[in-house]
Amino acid sequence: MASTPDTTERYAGLSNEQLIEMYRQMVLIRIFEEKCQEMYTRAKIGGFLHLYVGQEAVAVGTIGALKPEDHIITHYRDHGHAIARGLDTNALMAELFGKATGSAAGLGGSMHLVDVSKNFWGGYAIIGSHLLMACGIGTALKLQKRPEVVMVFFGDGSTNGGEFYEAMNFSQLGKLPVIFVCENNLFAMGTPIAVHTSVQEIYRKACAFDMRSERVDGNDPIATYEATLRAVEYARSGQGPVLLEAVTYRFRGHSAQDTQKYRTREEVEQYRTRDPNQVFRKRLIDDGVMTEEQAVQIEQQAEVEAQGSVDFADQSPPADEKWLTEGVYANPIEPKF
Amino acid sequence: MAVMTVREALRSELREQLKDDRVFIIGEDIGYYGSTYGVTAGFLEEYGTEKIRDAPIAEAGIIGIGIGAAMLGMRPICEIMSVNFSLLAFDQIINHAAKLHYMFGGQITCPMVLRTTNGWRNLSATHSQSFDPMFAYVPGLKVVAPATPADMKALFKASMEDPDPVIFIEHTLMYGVKGEIPDEPYEVKIGESRVAREGKDLTIVTYSRPVHLCMEVAERLSKQEGIECAIIDLRTIRPMDMSKALESFRTTGRAVVVTEEWESHGVQAEIAARLYEHAFDYLDAPIERVGFREIPFPYATNLEDQVVVTPARIEAAIRKVLA
Ligand SMILES: Cc1ncc(C[n+]2csc(CCOP(=O)(O)OP(=O)(O)O)c2C)c(N)n1
Repeated sequence: MASTPDTTERYAGLSNEQLIEMYRQMVLIRIFEEKCQEMYTRAKIGGFLHLYVGQEAVAVGTIGALKPEDHIITHYRDHGHAIARGLDTNALMAELFGKATGSAAGLGGSMHLVDVSKNFWGGYAIIGSHLLMACGIGTALKLQKRPEVVMVFFGDGSTNGGEFYEAMNFSQLGKLPVIFVCENNLFAMGTPIAVHTSVQEIYRKACAFDMRSERVDGNDPIATYEATLRAVEYARSGQGPVLLEAVTYRFRGHSAQDTQKYRTREEVEQYRTRDPNQVFRKRLIDDGVMTEEQAVQIEQQAEVEAQGSVDFADQSPPADEKWLTEGVYANPIEPKF
Repeated sequence: MAVMTVREALRSELREQLKDDRVFIIGEDIGYYGSTYGVTAGFLEEYGTEKIRDAPIAEAGIIGIGIGAAMLGMRPICEIMSVNFSLLAFDQIINHAAKLHYMFGGQITCPMVLRTTNGWRNLSATHSQSFDPMFAYVPGLKVVAPATPADMKALFKASMEDPDPVIFIEHTLMYGVKGEIPDEPYEVKIGESRVAREGKDLTIVTYSRPVHLCMEVAERLSKQEGIECAIIDLRTIRPMDMSKALESFRTTGRAVVVTEEWESHGVQAEIAARLYEHAFDYLDAPIERVGFREIPFPYATNLEDQVVVTPARIEAAIRKVLA
């Protein structure tokens, strides 16, 4: 289907193919995540599992505005970012199963997905830490006179620690090409935003550093995409970092173990009636960008891919025992007696 | 005698402490969330936001607030969800909490208790560490790590009554462990070890969760082969009470040290050194140590199972020392 001038204008210049691809990614993330939940319940996945359900539009809208050469570094809620960057879902599920074929050989698990060949520098599980690493990547890009930018993801709860403010200052001071993406899902674990931070419009925190910032509806992939394009253009042209706040909502618990005492079932149901995936689906169909049949086909294919990743992970060999003695150092050490 | 879990024992002592106007708890997700490991579940509703202070994710801030409040006579309980996050507060803990009393010639005290957790299970490299030796290394800190519900309760009380900063180490895999709590009032002092099991053949020196693993192995060896291992639970690692361990070691001449930490440069090295220093003449065999294999924790279960302290590894060490 060719895009009419009318739709491309309302869709930030994106072609129908690109829009359908965005929908495909959102669906794949959703179905992959629901499979993860199921596999956690069946004890195929262990440890902490932080699902991205409800936040799909953020990953797809922001990462969609990057070039493949651009860099991504993220936190432990990383499945959505990995899938939007195009990491192999087989390797991702195998990682969650702790298998040798996993993206980090089964050593990292859910919180530490990685694929350096795709400029995806990993998920990190200590709040705030990777914001400073993003500044390091930005510094290297500048020193090496490279045209790429780096995008770093984190939550609203991660804007209260010192590292966040250090990163704001370092990046603005050095005019580093860093796009900070704060996914404000209204909770830090189970602590409501009004309880954990004094300024609840996170984007306003940038003003203390004279940093450019913007707040966007993170449940709208197109608005998120447009805001990110602006940010990327600004950062790539050497003007400095940008703080993007994408307001969203997570439908599932903080982790798979969360009893969710801090919010009502009604609140979650209320948000689910505005499910970003459903809203985007309807919008694309109503606007004639995608047909119902195409949507169904995408959904079926995503199911096949997600189930395929489970089968792949199931059949893969366990993590290699060589890691019990190797890998701690790039240049191994030996004690002497 | 009431039977309680470690969690229940802690909850009951926290309630006792909260009766004191000077006491408040500050930490992440202790209130609205309902507490990560359930220790303070329901407390927010019961005690309100002044006493149960949900903190932003800012560990240095949590400890800094604890120190400052303690300086003015409060009795803060600072909760750091997992010991891995305490690293962000090391400046506050080591440069400040541990130093105030000495550095200002005794004018300032810091009666703060830092509750935190060791623990692991498929949590990978940054969420499965133990920093016991890093805390115990620092003059000015007291480090308490009990293994039983009764000791948790009594030593938490002792920590709260102490005028110095105390690092109180709990364990995510131990909250459900049950034990008896005496009905009559009882006391355990900081810096007093305990004989968890008598035995004439070998001395196991340990503390915290491995106490239970060692008991399991010792009971089995006793029943099946008549080998009698003594188990000394240190309960506190700074100050460290080696008197009971040495007393036992002087009769057995053989020792295994079991702790949850990487095997080099740690508390177990300190324990072994003190045994060698104070009972060298009684030594019948080199001391064996069991700790974490010296790699960051891998996520995969098949690997992690080979990194942690297990009954099988404890038994192998016992056999080696007895051979
Ligand atoms: C330094 C540190 N403190 C505490 C934690 C435990 N923790 C993990 S996620 C989390 C909440 C983070 O909330 P937010 O930044 O809003 O991100 P979200 O999980 O909502 O995506 C907490 C407290 C941690 N991982 N690191």
